[in-house]
Amino acid sequence: MAGVLIAISIVTFLLFAAIPGGNPANRLAGRLADPEEIHLIDVKYGFDKPIYVQYVKTMKNIFTGQAYSYQQGFNVLTEIEAGAPATFSLALGAGIIWLLTSIAVGTLAAIRAGKYTDRVLTVLAMTGVSMPPFFLGAVLIYFVGYKLNFLPIGNFVPISHSPWEWFKHLLMPWFTLSVLFIGFYSRVLRSTILDTINEDYVRTARAKGLSERQVLFRHILRNSLIPIMSLWGLDLAQVIGGGAILTETVYNLHGIGQLAATAIASLDIITLMAIVLLTAFFVVFLSALTDILYAFLDPRIRLS
Amino acid sequence: MPPGVGPYKLAWRRLRRNRVALAFGGLFVLLVVLCLLAPVYSHDVAHQGPDIENITGTVKVGGKTETIVSSSDIPIGPTWELSHYFLGADENGRDVAVRLLYGGRNSLEIGAVATLITMVIATLLGLISGYFRGIFDGIISRSLDVIWAYPAVLLGISLGTILASGGIGPLHGTTLMVPAVVIGVVYIPYVAKPIRGQVLQLREREFVEAARQQGLSHWQIMIGEILPNLSSTIVVFIPLILANAILLEAALSYLGAGVKAPNPSWGTMLAEGINLIPASFSQTLVPGIMLVLAVLSVNVFGDGLRDALDPRAKVRIAR
Repeated sequence: MAGVLIAISIVTFLLFAAIPGGNPANRLAGRLADPEEIHLIDVKYGFDKPIYVQYVKTMKNIFTGQAYSYQQGFNVLTEIEAGAPATFSLALGAGIIWLLTSIAVGTLAAIRAGKYTDRVLTVLAMTGVSMPPFFLGAVLIYFVGYKLNFLPIGNFVPISHSPWEWFKHLLMPWFTLSVLFIGFYSRVLRSTILDTINEDYVRTARAKGLSERQVLFRHILRNSLIPIMSLWGLDLAQVIGGGAILTETVYNLHGIGQLAATAIASLDIITLMAIVLLTAFFVVFLSALTDILYAFLDPRIRLS
Repeated sequence: MPPGVGPYKLAWRRLRRNRVALAFGGLFVLLVVLCLLAPVYSHDVAHQGPDIENITGTVKVGGKTETIVSSSDIPIGPTWELSHYFLGADENGRDVAVRLLYGGRNSLEIGAVATLITMVIATLLGLISGYFRGIFDGIISRSLDVIWAYPAVLLGISLGTILASGGIGPLHGTTLMVPAVVIGVVYIPYVAKPIRGQVLQLREREFVEAARQQGLSHWQIMIGEILPNLSSTIVVFIPLILANAILLEAALSYLGAGVKAPNPSWGTMLAEGINLIPASFSQTLVPGIMLVLAVLSVNVFGDGLRDALDPRAKVRIAR
């Protein structure tokens, strides 16, 4: 996995360094710069050095906290730190909502499989996965925010500032981000449960006289949750690492995802690399964490 | 059931019983036909091109004369009269209904081309890495892991921005092929990995062994023996990738890294509409509903198709 991390950083660097006419010095110097000026900028930032030297220097700067955006001049790590509270709040709240809701919805759809409830839930889940977050966000902002005047329209309020305002401002973003995942997870859980129901140990559990509730919670659900948990770990990692670009942008939360979007628009490679590395780090970290959760849920893994 | 019915005939029988899936499949065909008829509507009904601006003009609605774009820059809402501004105008006084159809054509075209790119390249990569294993598999699988580890939207906007500003060969600037190729590349690992897994199993089967004994070449075995066994997986993936490609196009265009002006698409129309909230909401609602309907219809039909072809298959796109 560390190999993938390094590969990602190299690929990102090469992608942005390989833009034809993409020498950052040309862009920094402006449209009317003479070659002399461009050369000065080249030397100042080290763009005249071989590409691998530039790569190593960039990586060193990122890890020592000395990385500055060429375009905006801000310290990249300070900017990421400034965006972290919004992104963390969004990810944790939405993560809990989408996990619990999809477990409830998926289980209900599975035990009512083929019945009316199942069909309605299936159509709802399909609508959820077909809904772009920025469109759902815009609809909510218009109706709940402007028309009903019920919730504030976007922006982020730190929890230290006012917990109630923090909650109110995040309610719509949480819901928006969750809808997509609920649709997808509940479908996965439904089909896993339907597979598990035919397992021998479920028949054994019924045969030894356990109640339907005990069979469902202790035997079926506990095994069916494993694929959901691994998906959840990876998705949450991506959201924490700035993957919720669309939700953050439509609600103007100024989190890490929105920072990534603005960085790409201005070809700000340093900021982008830092964010991509951060995302990859969280993906690695949380997939290790889900492995531990696995063992907790599945004794077979714990014992081996 | 009479003996000797082929798997596709069986699948068609199952699909035919699934009324919901068929209805949504029909809806998608209807949307495609509507979007293909964009020039006809533009030319013969609305008499208005997709890029014709009309900021100062007026239009007669039910006998009353109304400005297309008011003095406070608020465009006219839906007139519900097919001949002019059926779904209202945008900020620049362009006919939203005309742009919706032309934009839909672009969105669907990008989705279709991206799906084609994904399916062809992913099938080839999956076949090669699964069949030859060893060094081929190592290189291909590791490369796919790198693409996989990026969040799809983040990779999409990075590639889209790079190609639009720099460009490789014909892929540069405002051409629609830039988002199509970008989206096609992003989804390759999601298809290539499951296909590779299936090939790894298929290559150990007796019929592959028999083909090898007959002296068929590697290429003949891959194309003639293994590929036909992958067909139901490939067919099931097509609607899944198409739905996600259309969604990703909208997301990239919303972030400014997809379809570029003056080309319309559902994504760019949504982006323009969202900027006008709350003054003019219909411009967000109209392309948004079309987008959701198109993606939903592909998804529901694809779900039915999967149930019909292989009820036990677990073909899905994570994320």
